[in-house]
Order: sequence, then C-alpha cells, then structure tokens
Amino acid sequence: MSTVVCPECEAEVMLDAGTEAGEIIVCSDCGVDLEVMSVEPAAVQLAPMEQEDWGE
Amino acid sequence: MQQRLRIGVLYSRVRVEEKWIFGAMEKRGIDYDRLDDRAIHFDLNNPKPWQQYDAVLERSLSYNSGLYALRLLNAFGVPTVNTAAVAEVCGDKLMTSAALARDDVPQPHNATAFTPEAALEAIEAFGYPVVLKPVVGSWGRLLAKVNDRDAAEAVLEHKSTLGSVQHSVFYIQEFIEKPGRDIRVIMIGDKVLTAMYRNSEHWITNTARGGSGELCPITPEIEDICLRASNAVSGGLLGVDLVEHPEKGLVVNEINHTMEFHTMQPLSGIDVAGEIVEYVVKIAKRKGE
Repeated sequence: MSTVVCPECEAEVMLDAGTEAGEIIVCSDCGVDLEVMSVEPAAVQLAPMEQEDWGE
Repeated sequence: MQQRLRIGVLYSRVRVEEKWIFGAMEKRGIDYDRLDDRAIHFDLNNPKPWQQYDAVLERSLSYNSGLYALRLLNAFGVPTVNTAAVAEVCGDKLMTSAALARDDVPQPHNATAFTPEAALEAIEAFGYPVVLKPVVGSWGRLLAKVNDRDAAEAVLEHKSTLGSVQHSVFYIQEFIEKPGRDIRVIMIGDKVLTAMYRNSEHWITNTARGGSGELCPITPEIEDICLRASNAVSGGLLGVDLVEHPEKGLVVNEINHTMEFHTMQPLSGIDVAGEIVEYVVKIAKRKGE
C-alpha cells in the first residue's frame, strides 16, 4: 500500500490495494477528487471538473 | 488456426464498472487494450492501428468524445459496442424521443422548440407543471421542474442566455406523478438482463442523485416495452429507464448507451460486466462477416 500527497491540502492519502491508474479517489482531509495517474510509483493529480456532456 | 481476438476498451475514468469490465476481460484471458479517450488520437489517413481491433467497447464519460470516436471507428470498419448510430440516438433525448415516436413505443408526452418564445407557447399548451431537460447530459443534471409561467419565463431566459447553444434546443416533457420510483432495465442485445427500481423522495430518481436501488421483477410488460425500445434505437448494450405513468402505464423515459451498473451488479447478483464482455466478444467474432 502506498501513500501520496494531496496536491490541494498536502494531506497524506493512502492508495488501497487494487487501486488502478485512471481511478478517482477522494482526499479524506479536504474531500477533493484526485485522479490516480500511476500506481507504481504512486502519483495523483486533481481530477478534471465534470463536463456538461458527461454521463452514461 | 483462428486468430486471437483483440478488443479495445475506450474509457475516460476507471470507475468501478471499468474495473469490473477489465477484470472480466482478464478472467477470460482476452487480449485487450485500455484506451484513455483523453490520450488517443486518430490519423484519418492511417486507420490501420485501429483496424487491428476486432471490436471496441465504448465507455467514455464524454458524449462528444465517445460519439466521434465511434463514428471514426465505424468508418474504419471497426465494430463497436455500441455503434455510432445507437449513440447518436441514445445520447440525445430529442433523437431518442423521435425514434420512440416513430415506432409507437410508449413514452411521456414531449415537445421541442428552438426559441424561448416558442418554448413558452409549447409549455402553456402542456399546462403546468412541466419538466425542461437538456437534450444532451446525464445523471439528472440541469433538469428543471417548471410549476408556473413565471418559472418558465425565468428558466427559458437563463437557458438561452447562460447556456451553450445546445440549451436553446428546448426539450419539454410532461411532469409525471410517478410512485416515488422509476425502473432501470439493462438490455444486452435482445435479452433483458436485469432490472431495478430506483426509489427516491425527490422527483429526480437517478441513483447518481441519491436514489436507492431495489430489485425489480422482469414482467412480460417490462420485457415487451424494453425490446421495442431497444429495436427503435437499433439495439445493443442499453440501460432503458421506464416510468410508471398513472394513465399510460409503463413508458420509456430515456435510453442510456454507456450505462453504469455499480448499483445493479451487486443488487442483482448478476455478473453484468461479464455479460458485457461476452457480448463484445460475440460482436468481435462477427468482424469481416
């Protein structure tokens, strides 16, 4: 299990086992959505804002 | 010797559904590529890299990205789930309504207009309340229940002033007094796979807006209307939303072509992701036929 630093609030965020690149996780401190850019090495960035044409 | 199938999965984010789909691909030993729609590019003079795929499953969050990718892939001769033709109809509520009307599939009363003045006239002809919806969009966003003329004038002005040009295609729907729920049905080809009620105190019952799921028995009526709805939009992998109309009975509210199933899969106990993968494999095997 690895940890990353939230780019918004600098809290340590844990990546659960089974986390995959492209997944969205939530910072437990500030609640911002983070996109997992890579698992090995662990890296995240702020997730893109929801766009108007997004959906199912 | 038969060549090994190669599948592409086009996605924007790895939601739980994509994780399940990837897992189902791996469990079956399928050769597949993950195609992030933010990273891919198409050289229109060189379709070969794309033609290596026997099928592409489209799971984009963005309707525009997904639709254009499907159009290109289909033009290159690559089978897709769903096809561009299905996405064109299902991703646009007005086009869905037109297809359902053409095939006499029961649906709510809908109207459309292209200016606020004409929309107001159409709304007044309906009587209040009515619901205004964007033609493109999902997850119950930007829906407006309009209870009187004052609200209609305000919402129409806001949409035409603040919204993109697409918001000036006014899609007007009768407000249905539904029994605190709607029904989401998953269709795979001509099979009704599973169904659930989406319960909510709010008039918007989408689970993305906090509605909760409950298993719904598949009745002959549900099966019949879903098959007719699926045929009207040319079939495929679909999430059909039904509403229990107090006078008309079951009506088709909308049809989703890249449906989510994070509530449905655990609720039904059905391996929806596995069924999706099996369907994609079936389509892939037809390539070149």
